[in-house]
Amino acid sequence: MKLTLRIWRQAGPADSGRMVAYEVPDANPDMSFLELLDVLNERLTLEGDDPVTFDHDCREGICGACGVVINGQAHGPRERTTTCQLHMREFSDGDVIDVEPWRSVAFGVVKDLMVDRSGLDRIIRAGGYVSVNTGSAPEAHATPVPKPIADTAFDNATCIGCGACVAACPNGSAMLFTSAKVTHLNSLPQGAPERSERVLNLVEAMDAEGFGGCTNTGECTNACPKGIPLDSIATLNREYLRASLGRK
Amino acid sequence: MAVTTPTRPAPAARPARPARSSFAPLNFWRSTIGKKTVMAVTGLLMLAFLLAHMLGNLKIFYGRDDFDHYADWLRTIGEPVLHGAWYLWIQRFVLTLAVVLHAVSAYQLSRRDLKARPAKYAHKQRAKAGYAVHVMRYGGITLALFIIYHILDFTSLTLNRHGVEGAAYDNVVSSFSVWWVTAIYILAMIFLGLHIQHGFWSAAQTLGLNRPSRDRAVHGIATGLAVLLTVGFLIVPVAVLAGLVG
Ligand code: HEM
Ligand code: SF4
Ligand code: FES
Repeated sequence: MKLTLRIWRQAGPADSGRMVAYEVPDANPDMSFLELLDVLNERLTLEGDDPVTFDHDCREGICGACGVVINGQAHGPRERTTTCQLHMREFSDGDVIDVEPWRSVAFGVVKDLMVDRSGLDRIIRAGGYVSVNTGSAPEAHATPVPKPIADTAFDNATCIGCGACVAACPNGSAMLFTSAKVTHLNSLPQGAPERSERVLNLVEAMDAEGFGGCTNTGECTNACPKGIPLDSIATLNREYLRASLGRK
Repeated sequence: MAVTTPTRPAPAARPARPARSSFAPLNFWRSTIGKKTVMAVTGLLMLAFLLAHMLGNLKIFYGRDDFDHYADWLRTIGEPVLHGAWYLWIQRFVLTLAVVLHAVSAYQLSRRDLKARPAKYAHKQRAKAGYAVHVMRYGGITLALFIIYHILDFTSLTLNRHGVEGAAYDNVVSSFSVWWVTAIYILAMIFLGLHIQHGFWSAAQTLGLNRPSRDRAVHGIATGLAVLLTVGFLIVPVAVLAGLVG
């Protein structure tokens, strides 16, 4: 396949950045999107050019590092698929593909396609955990959890913290991410003792990072590679209201 | 070779935030979810008022005496516990408070939202959300201007052509006989319908009442209320302009 990539190039946080076009004449439909960038980068390196910086780690859709906006869609055109799991067979020979970094005031561009997502880490640090002593794992049946609740918690625990929800949201809001943490931990008995403090702390941290608010547009859930539903945001709102009314 | 390892930028200066107050309602109001909740509660309060208002307006089809008598009665609600027109003033106070809180929250949240996403994508995003979602802000501003115009027209009677206190029926007829006044009302009520169509579902979401199993019902009620209010409010001006009331 012959493809034209128009990629956001930005030397550093202070640079203003621009879209630059590159031809990739030797793309293969079985390549992943990141492998396509690897091929381009090898050539750029040999030619003495600066390779395109992009974030990645696991390349199997579980670490959340690799997100970029492809043709205006976070993680590209395929539903519930991270950039690393997107294959070039989704595109056609001769396509022009625009590749841009996540856009949000809370995610500064580090270089090219790589952004600083540490704002999400700081939200986690504010309450995305349960305070239990670590040690040997407890007996699995010691704390019974009804199946529907376990399922809800598990579905929300699949959030990989990629930030596609923020990138897709017209308000750069991190509500879907935060709601996944709150729904995951607050619905389980293990999370119950910190239920109110957790949601108050997470929302405070989320607001402090400069993320926008939720206007219920639903762009986040459409972009989410793990299919975290809008229902989780309703749960976050409910938990926040409950905690604000002083319930423990 | 020009390979450079990106260095982490210094952490961007985060917006200064007042420390958490020991007064919980203040923290609530400062948070994005808290302000949104204020919008949901005040929006639903205005919605309840609009339903009663719309139904009351339809009494105009029973004729001048009936309608003027009804308008008179509105000033006596709550008597004799409340003094004459007290209820009316309490309602006006509560509604004004609701409009102000709704608009202030909308303004503050919108400013924050616009600041949070300053850079657009070079490749335009294909929005999945519908039209009603996109006109919440402009529609809200239109409604605010309309509310002021409406009060000058029928409450203070400043802009009313007939403008006689107590003669509600003739005041209404005098305004809606002018085509462009009716046109303003049609436009405003279409925006109202759109605002409620997204706003009702949105308020249920904000208050944490939505569940996947209720989603269709909540969307259905939102559309039903939007159509009911838009049509219910527009029957009167259209009937006047068409000469059916007058
Ligand atoms: C002063 C005029 C008004 C302004 C400036 C205004 C503005 C807004 C804005 C900007 C939103 C947020 C939309 C979003 O999140 O995307 C909103 C939501 C809403 N509005 Fe209004 N609006 C006004 C009047 C009204 C009226 C008259 C009603 C009564 C039916 C109403 C009911 C609602 C409801 C129920 C919501 C949803 C609240 C939520 O999402 O929690 N608004 N309004
Ligand atoms: S909610 Fe979805 S889109 Fe947002 S960070 Fe988690 S996995 Fe990514
Ligand atoms: S590289 Fe880990 S999710 Fe894509």
